[in-house]
Amino acid sequence: VTVRTHTLVIVALLAAVASETPVHAERLVASLSTHRVSITSNFTGAELVLFGAIERDAASVSRRGGYDIIAMVIGPRQTLVVRRKERVAGLWVNAGSRTFVDVPSYLATLSTRAPATIAAVETLRRLQIGPSYATEDVFRAAVLRLKAQRRLYADGANAVTFLTPTLFRASILLPADVPVGCYDVDVKLFADGAMIARTSSALDIVKDGFEQFVATAAREHGLAYGLASAAMALMTGWLASVVFRKD
Amino acid sequence: VLIHLPIADLPVNIFLILAMGLAIGFISGMFGIGGGFLMTPLLIFIGISPAVAVATVSTHIAASSFSGALSYWRRRALDPQLASMLLAGGFLGTASGIWLFTLLRRLGQIDLTIGVSYVLLLISVGALMSYEGVHAIWRSRQGRPAELRRAGSHAWFHALPFKVRFKQSRIYVSAIPVLAIGFLMGFVGAIMGIGGGFLLVPMLIYLLRVPTNVVIGTSMVLTLVTMTTATVLHAATNHLVDAVLALILMVGGVVGAQFGARAGQGMRSERLRLMLGLLVLAVGVRFAVDMVVAPIDPFSIRIAGE
Repeated sequence: VTVRTHTLVIVALLAAVASETPVHAERLVASLSTHRVSITSNFTGAELVLFGAIERDAASVSRRGGYDIIAMVIGPRQTLVVRRKERVAGLWVNAGSRTFVDVPSYLATLSTRAPATIAAVETLRRLQIGPSYATEDVFRAAVLRLKAQRRLYADGANAVTFLTPTLFRASILLPADVPVGCYDVDVKLFADGAMIARTSSALDIVKDGFEQFVATAAREHGLAYGLASAAMALMTGWLASVVFRKD
Repeated sequence: VLIHLPIADLPVNIFLILAMGLAIGFISGMFGIGGGFLMTPLLIFIGISPAVAVATVSTHIAASSFSGALSYWRRRALDPQLASMLLAGGFLGTASGIWLFTLLRRLGQIDLTIGVSYVLLLISVGALMSYEGVHAIWRSRQGRPAELRRAGSHAWFHALPFKVRFKQSRIYVSAIPVLAIGFLMGFVGAIMGIGGGFLLVPMLIYLLRVPTNVVIGTSMVLTLVTMTTATVLHAATNHLVDAVLALILMVGGVVGAQFGARAGQGMRSERLRLMLGLLVLAVGVRFAVDMVVAPIDPFSIRIAGE
């Protein structure tokens, strides 16, 4: 019995060391209002709610600066080609291009206040919280700007609100052309400029019903899908000529 | 009423798409052109990715040209013999066009080449047709007959061998220029991704002296065959045909094409040619302005492989 108890203690200690937060006793729990968003024919975007709580116990020290939350919603990775138009012989044509691999297709950074005021830039960079810090690379800047224009990248500096000192919530807005796939939701708790706890959740965005049927057919049975589309076109054309026949 | 498109992956207003189909269908039925050079930019403008737009427009055009071709067929206003010979040249042209496309792509000059030649083509064809249309209208105002089929005004290619008699078109010409026109259509179509009806119609009228009403029906048969083939190829290779978008477009398109064909039949042919000329010219100028004026944002992003 004693051996077993010792093992348990060691495992618990290891777990505490691994989580990097052995001295802080706060625990962070978070969840989403839904873990599955289906895109059907009437999908025009969606709003999800992220909510969570900070659990304190007797060992928790009081935090003079209060708590801050930075939550990131990260969509499936994609390879992007960025092209730049340049003036060639008086004409604007696509001249330069750059390829970025493993770019998040969707990225929302939601926080209680601007991340730069929550922790040092170095800390944020190490924790890969971004992409709001400035970049000198014009191609990278173009990705951030164009993604933001399509509301696929969002910075919500005041998006997380505390309902009580330990209970928070945030809205996640998904635009109508949100890419399908598996999304990671990563929530980090900060106090006094340092991360003291983190938790994660996941979200699936899938096509459903007729949408899914068409998308799957187009992808997996390309030739049959093409023949069916062509047949549909000919049928429609023929039908119209019969309906509108004068004689 | 918004509907989310399964392949284009964005919601669109059904009535907006129907109206677009109707308008372009009307133009297409009236002039016997596919209208892809008008529809593709429109779809890109409302936010659909260029690759999906090009692939889906081919399906839409297949429908409206089939409906148009059937009604011209019933009026015996198309020449199947001429159409099949043009198609034979067209297949060779498409093959060579794809070869050149691949070559240019390897050299990295594809965007500039396509952009410039497209603009030059539209502007020169549009300007020529407009000029000829104004000239013909002015001539008929003066009381002189429209001299489209001038007897004895033979161009050099009328002297070529392998003469064929096209009964429906009532022309007797060498097979060589017919095949050459078909070849050019296929070639240009493959490089620029256009059906090329707006090129075929004037070439048949001015070079081969085919009567205008037969030209439109014949051009529709060509458009039908190339666009049906394009639909199947686009779907099989790139998986980019949005069947839902195509269906909404074609419902508007076939109805529009019927009214357009009727309006076209009741109109004086020189006026019809002037209007088509001005339309082609306007699109050409629009693209030219795009190339000369500095873009609002010189950067654009797309997902690799699309």
